[in-house]
Amino acid sequence: MTDAVVVAEGLHKSYGDTPVLRGVGLTLHRGEVLALLGPNGAGKTTTVKILSTLLPLDGGSATVAGYDVVRDAAQVRRHISLTGQQVALDLKATGLENLTMIAKLSRVPRRQVKARVAELLDGVGLADVAGRRVATYSGGMRRRLDLAAGLIARPRVLFLDEPTTGLDPRSRRDLWELVRDVVAGGTSLFLTTQYLEEADELADRIALIDHGVVAAQGTADELKRRVGQARVELDLADAADALRIRTAFPDIADTASDTSAASPTVALATDGSLAHVRELIAGVESTGVVPASWRLREPTLDDVFLTLTGHAAHAPDAPEPGTTITQEKAA
Amino acid sequence: MTTTTTTTPRLAGLRDALADAATMAGRSLRLASRDLDAMITATAVPVMILLMFTFVFGGAMAMDIDYIQYATPGIILLCAGFGAASTAVAVEQDMSGGMVDRLRSLPTRPWTVLFGHVAAALAKNLVTTGVVFGVAVAIGFRPSAGVLGWLGAVGLLTLFVAAIAWVAAFFGVIARTPDAAAAVSFVVMFLPYVSSAFVPVDTLPTWLRGFAQHQPVTPVIETVRGLLVPGTPGAVVGDQLGSTALVAIAWCVGIGAVFAAAATVAFRRRR
Ligand SMILES: Nc1ncnc2c1ncn2[C@@H]1O[C@H](COP(=O)(O)OP(=O)(O)OP(=O)(O)O)[C@@H](O)[C@H]1O
Ligand SMILES: [Mg+2]
Repeated sequence: MTDAVVVAEGLHKSYGDTPVLRGVGLTLHRGEVLALLGPNGAGKTTTVKILSTLLPLDGGSATVAGYDVVRDAAQVRRHISLTGQQVALDLKATGLENLTMIAKLSRVPRRQVKARVAELLDGVGLADVAGRRVATYSGGMRRRLDLAAGLIARPRVLFLDEPTTGLDPRSRRDLWELVRDVVAGGTSLFLTTQYLEEADELADRIALIDHGVVAAQGTADELKRRVGQARVELDLADAADALRIRTAFPDIADTASDTSAASPTVALATDGSLAHVRELIAGVESTGVVPASWRLREPTLDDVFLTLTGHAAHAPDAPEPGTTITQEKAA
Repeated sequence: MTTTTTTTPRLAGLRDALADAATMAGRSLRLASRDLDAMITATAVPVMILLMFTFVFGGAMAMDIDYIQYATPGIILLCAGFGAASTAVAVEQDMSGGMVDRLRSLPTRPWTVLFGHVAAALAKNLVTTGVVFGVAVAIGFRPSAGVLGWLGAVGLLTLFVAAIAWVAAFFGVIARTPDAAAAVSFVVMFLPYVSSAFVPVDTLPTWLRGFAQHQPVTPVIETVRGLLVPGTPGAVVGDQLGSTALVAIAWCVGIGAVFAAAATVAFRRRR
C-alpha cells in the first residue's frame, strides 16, 4: 500500500515477564485519522511510544512516513510529532516561551518562529494568556497548549495519546474542533483514546486494542455492522429474568454484560425490521418476563467492544491519578 | 520539512545541534532563574558554612594566619556541590514528566538537552560563588593573585563546576525521584570534607590521608589556593603548583567526559 504512513506488523513488547503487546498490527493511511481504542492498560501508550521511536520493540516491525522506526529512528523523528499522555510543558515558563522553544527545536526557520507561534497560540485560543506562566493555566488550557506544541512542526504524522482524558465535555469538544482543523490541513493522525464517543467523532477508522492485541479494525460503521444492525434493550428486574431471556435467545442475547446488578440490562441483536422486532417482543412475552422498560437503539461502540472482546470497554470518567496532568512541584 | 540546507548535511547537522544546545541552555537558565528557593539555598548554605568555619572552628585550627585565607577556596568548591542538587532535580523532573518523551521524539540530540542543564549550572554557580566570595572578602579574605592567577583559578573552577554538573545530570537521568536525584549533592559534598579543604591533609588520620591525597577535589583546591593565596601555609607553589594544576585539570576533564557520555547514553536508553 503506497499511501500508508504508519504500518505496524506483529508488534511485540514485554516489560520484564509481562507481555504488554502481543502482535499488534495497524495501518494508518495518508490524511486519515486512526483511533486506537482500548481500556486502561490495553497497550495504547506502549504502541505510541514504539511508533514514535521512544521504545525499542521485542518483535515485529513498524515504519512511519516510510522509515523503519528502529533503523531510521532519526528520520522518523523528522516527520512526526508526539503529544503524549502526560502534558510536556515547563510550568515555570509562559505559554509563549514553551511554544517558542518547541518551534526552535522543531527546526522552524528562525525568522518564522515568531509568526508560527503566534498563529498557534491564536489557534488554540491562548493568545490572551500567552504571557502567563503555564502553572497558572487550567488543565484544559494546558492540554490545548500541549497540543499546539505538537502541531508546530506541521508533522506528517501526529500522535496524540489520550488528548482529552480528564477534560470536561466542553473542553473536549473544543479540542476535537482543533484536531479536525489540523487533519483538514493534511496531517495524518494517530489517536489513542478510551472514549468510544471520541473515536466515533474523530476517527475514520478504529482499531480496538485489548490486552495487547488488536481485536478488530475498521470504520465505526463496519465495526457496528459486525454486531448487528440494532438492538432491543430490556431493563429487567433481576438476574433470574436475565438468565431466562438469555436462555430464550442464546444466539442474539449479549452474554457479557453484568447481570448480577440490581436491575440488569440485556440487549438482543436485531436487523431493526418491524417484523423481527415484533417477533422478539412476542418471544419475550412468552418467557413470562416483564421488563421494567425497553428500547430499540442503534449499536454503539460499546456493543462492538462487548461482542468482540467479551467484556466492556469501561471508560471511567475520573482520570487516573498521575496519568493526566502533572502537578506543579513546589513553586 | 523546514530545514534549509545550503551547506553539507554534516555541517548543517552540527549547526542544528549547536542551535539546539543554545535553545536548551536558554530554557534551563530561564527555569533556574525562576527557582529562587533553590538559588537561595545554594547560596545561603555555603555562606553559613563559611561563617561557621571562620568564627566558630577557626580559632581551634592552629594556623599562623587567618583561617579564612586557608578555608575560602574549599568553601567555594562546596558551592558547586550545593548547586549540583538543583541541577540533578531539574534533570529528574524532565525525565519523570512528559517532557522527556516530547524531547526524545524531536530531531534534537540528547546531549543538547543535558548540556542546557549544565550551562544553567555554570550560570547559577557564577552567582552563588560570587556571593560567597563577596562575603569572604567582607570578613577578611585577601586574595593576592595576579591577573594570570585569577584567570587560572576561575578557569579551573569553571571546569570543576562543569564536571560536577555532568555528574549531577547523570544522577538526574537515572534517579527515579527528585529526592534520589538531590542525593547527588551528598556524594559531591562529602569529598571536600575529606580533602585539604578545611585542614591540611597531613593532620588527617593516616587511614584517610591516602584517600584525601588522591581524590579529585584535593588537587583542585590546592591549585586554587596556590593561585589565589600563595602565601598560605601548605599552599603549593612553583613547579609543584604546575603539576598539581595538571592533575586537577585531568580529573575535571576526565570526570566531565565520562559522566557526560554516561548521562547521554542513559538519557537515550531510559524509559
Ligand atoms: N515502564 C513500565 N514497566 C512495567 N510495566 C509497564 C510499563 N509501562 C507500562 N506498563 C504496563 O503495560 C501495560 C500497558 O500499558 P500502556 O501504558 O501501554 O496502557 P494504555 O493502554 O496506554 O493505558 P491507559 O489508558 O491507562 O493509559 C499496563 O499493564 C502497564 O501496567
Ligand atoms: Mg496510556
